[in-house]
Amino acid sequence: MAASSERSPPPFPDSEEPELLEDSDEGADAFTGTSISEMDSPSPDSTRPPKDIFNEPLEDIFSDPLSNINSEPQKKVDTKIPSPSSDEVVDLFSDPLDDDSEVISSPEVQNPMPDLLNEPVQAPKSDVLGEPPVHKNAARQQYIFEDPPKGSSKSSSVKKAASAELFGDEDEEDLFKELPKVVTKKPQPLGPPVDVFTEVKSDVKVKPQVKDDPTDLFTEEALTAPAPKPSASSSSSRTNGVHSEEHDLFSEATVELSLDSPRNDRKKKDAVKPSVSAPVAPVASSSSKAPSKTLEELEEEESEDTFDLNISVTNPEKVGDGMNAYMAYKVSTQTSLTMFRSKMFTVRRRFSDFLGLYEKLSEKHSQNGYIVPPPPEKSILGMTKVKVGKEDPSSAEFVERRRAALERYLQRVVSHPSLLQDPDVREFLEKEELPRAVSTQALSGAGFLKMLNKATDAVSKMTIKMNEQDVWFDEKIQDVENEEQHMRKLHIMVESLVNHRKELSGNTAVFAKSVAMLGSSEDNTALSRALSQLAEVEDRIEQIHQEKAANDFFTFSELLADYIRLLGAVKGCFDQRMKAWQRWQDAENMLQKKREAEAKLLWANKPDKLQQAKDEIAEWEAKVTQYEREFERISATVRKEVIRFDKEKARDFKRQIIKYLESLLNSQQQLIKYWEAFLPEAKAIA
Amino acid sequence: MEVSSAEAALSVSASSIRITDVTQDGDVLTFALTSQKLDSSAGVCVFRIYEDFDWLQQSLFSQENLPGLQGIIFPPLPSKALPSQSNTQTKALKQLGFLALGQDWQSYCKALEFYLQQVAAHPTLCKCKALDSFLFNSESPGKQRGRKGIFNRLSQAVEEMRKESHKDVDNFFQNERNKNTNLAALSKVATEKLLDVVMTEQKLALACGHFSTSLHLCVNQDDASAVAFSKVCLKLSDVIEAVKRNLEKVASNNLSTLGLGLDLESRYQEAEKEMLFRRTCKLIELETVKKGTEKAKANKREVLEAFQKAVEKEFNLISSVAKQEIERFHSSHVNVLKNFLIGWCEVQLNTAKEFAELYSQHLEACRNMYSE
Repeated sequence: MAASSERSPPPFPDSEEPELLEDSDEGADAFTGTSISEMDSPSPDSTRPPKDIFNEPLEDIFSDPLSNINSEPQKKVDTKIPSPSSDEVVDLFSDPLDDDSEVISSPEVQNPMPDLLNEPVQAPKSDVLGEPPVHKNAARQQYIFEDPPKGSSKSSSVKKAASAELFGDEDEEDLFKELPKVVTKKPQPLGPPVDVFTEVKSDVKVKPQVKDDPTDLFTEEALTAPAPKPSASSSSSRTNGVHSEEHDLFSEATVELSLDSPRNDRKKKDAVKPSVSAPVAPVASSSSKAPSKTLEELEEEESEDTFDLNISVTNPEKVGDGMNAYMAYKVSTQTSLTMFRSKMFTVRRRFSDFLGLYEKLSEKHSQNGYIVPPPPEKSILGMTKVKVGKEDPSSAEFVERRRAALERYLQRVVSHPSLLQDPDVREFLEKEELPRAVSTQALSGAGFLKMLNKATDAVSKMTIKMNEQDVWFDEKIQDVENEEQHMRKLHIMVESLVNHRKELSGNTAVFAKSVAMLGSSEDNTALSRALSQLAEVEDRIEQIHQEKAANDFFTFSELLADYIRLLGAVKGCFDQRMKAWQRWQDAENMLQKKREAEAKLLWANKPDKLQQAKDEIAEWEAKVTQYEREFERISATVRKEVIRFDKEKARDFKRQIIKYLESLLNSQQQLIKYWEAFLPEAKAIA
Repeated sequence: MEVSSAEAALSVSASSIRITDVTQDGDVLTFALTSQKLDSSAGVCVFRIYEDFDWLQQSLFSQENLPGLQGIIFPPLPSKALPSQSNTQTKALKQLGFLALGQDWQSYCKALEFYLQQVAAHPTLCKCKALDSFLFNSESPGKQRGRKGIFNRLSQAVEEMRKESHKDVDNFFQNERNKNTNLAALSKVATEKLLDVVMTEQKLALACGHFSTSLHLCVNQDDASAVAFSKVCLKLSDVIEAVKRNLEKVASNNLSTLGLGLDLESRYQEAEKEMLFRRTCKLIELETVKKGTEKAKANKREVLEAFQKAVEKEFNLISSVAKQEIERFHSSHVNVLKNFLIGWCEVQLNTAKEFAELYSQHLEACRNMYSE
């Protein structure tokens, strides 16, 4: 990651350098580096030719953060050239970064940021209006920069106008979001670094640097970072350059990751920054085209190795009386992630809070193509039973089942690298009091999603006829559809399995009782004893059956139910992608119409309206570009998400099977014990 | 007759009697019986249908010149199986209980086999000619049936129900009757409950089978992650298949040991009950005769007294035979149950061990499944 940041020159922060720590400086580099280079590459206005970019960064790579100072002058020149406005912007960026690197994930940062951001925003805006070419770049740069974290909805707003607004609206959030993300993104893509981080923690100087490294990564990956790669910038025909590279970029990110880990290891060892980056560079450039597979492999290791966040939902407790009663759960978090204020904390949350969290998350993330894990469904019947306060086993079972479902839900949320970054998640886990979630009363999240899905499904299938060009998606959509069917079938099977188990347990209990009776009225003392022993054995076997029933239920039935819900969310992602495609196609059509109109005007020789038509064409061209990019981005995200989902699924199932087998084995061993104990009793009958 | 039957008494070893095969032809089940005479090493094989068994039972009931016959606890013959009516599975279950279960009438054969062994092992009944011809005569003896036995199932009459609660003169028999009523009911219930358990186990095994098969649906070879998931599914399918086999094994263990044992126990209790009831009937007869004698006029008194004596003698004989029989029954029923319990425990233990082994293999395989 450092490699990437260094390769793309980190120009702006340099101006601030004196004030900054070296480390934080690099963090700034990371940010601005990518964005700027993007800016540079497409626009001829930026005086600096792309070659420079690469040359410089290469130097950088070898020289490493510390040596930034050396390359500083050059960069400074560069930065100033593109546009002063962007320079300011960068400062802003670097500012908050500094703040953050010092405060590290403390929400208070939020406050200073808006101000900082809003002010400078004005400047770029005016600039933009004045100089079209430059401003376009600038706008775009910001754009790209902001996009990934926030979501396509905002980016869909008109580009030019948006540049200012986006800044105003989003920066506060985005920047903010990004920063925390930086911290946690790291664990996901970077296995080892986390350790480094935690270990190094004591060393103040090193810390920020380590922390910043992930920033690069993140920006690159999530932003589909435009410039770091030579091919990207050189080939970029402005629109496509960015997207088409996405995959490569991903893989690049991967490569860098893989490179980073050793590097970080080394860092751990000697804590000497300069030496570290030198070996990285050549590999990075050469392997930037490595197959995207590496990413997957890496991700796998990483999330297993470094995920250090344990969430448990415990102590379901009824609060209140009557129909206003609700269940409150204790949500305990145990983590070494530094984005949290402490290592262990506990909050009380009620069910609607969980639903509220989901709604917030899905509002923000599902339109970006993220798979937001759905919470358990609201059960009016079950809850009413609980409310009425009947202490029957079914309501206890209901509560336990929901508790477990909520726990799994939260674990799924936090295991998602992007969702974990969301401030709402953190707030949910950390904050003592949560504002009461509204509008979850009538519809549960899952129910709502279902309705939404159904509605969009119906509508989109009717109106959108997407000719799928991506074979992968074509197949995957079909697969998901099939899989959902299968899961439903399996779920029904498991349900009947569980019911039979329960029946068996009940029958065994009755049998045990009748054997006990038989034993008590038997004359022969030895036989009588053996029979009552047998009754005991059967009683225990009944217990085992009961456990097995619960086990079947919790390992399989609930797992399948979860995945049926999750597949719904996956389908939602596909729908989002389809919507993005539709938007793009609509814009394309509109552009076509405008062009035809222009042709007509030319033909009719009406120069007075021609200019307007041209403007419109330009506007729609921009829109098409933007929408296409959005579509590409969402496709990439969905693809990544689905791959991740598949992997999680396999791992999840495997884990469950192992768990199931363990309990199976355990109960079998108990059975053996029971029988072995009983055998001498049977033999003792005279 | 007594002499000749005494000679024949030990002509067959009870334990050598086996039902080796059963064939179904429409509604008729034909059983292949093998047995071995004591004085020869050659086995004899005959084919019998249920009617032949029934004939044997009736012949045992209606033996003449056998004092105290009514005091004998006759080994219970399972009721007739109706194989062709497959749609009346539930009915068959109700009627036969455990004996309707099991592959190819295995348990039914076992029960018949056990019945014959019990008859052959019975010190009095084994002397019956009918048994001899049943076991060794290649001609089917059931043809000449039609002699409906005097002792039929007791259930029919309300009057008899009243008799059943008749107070006994002998405390021993009164106690035995109470206990028997109790045990008969309890063992019947226990048998039914165990039957429920076995049925549920079979249902559960079936459900496991469905689940295991359905898991194959999830197999997809499209890409790496799908393959990984498919592997997981297949593994799970194997595991569930193992669970299914375990359940089937446990169910058949239950059926072939404890199930048969309890079934036999409950039918034997029923048989004892019948014997006790016959004795009670005799007792009531005796008491009526006594009353009649007391009320009778002098001229008839002598005849009646003679008759009363005869009845009393018969009753006493029956009682003494019954006492022996009860004793014999008690010890043999303890023995039989013991054997079934031990057998049951052993097979269940083996099954449990076998599958524990299998599960741990699966577990190992799962853990190593794919370690990225």
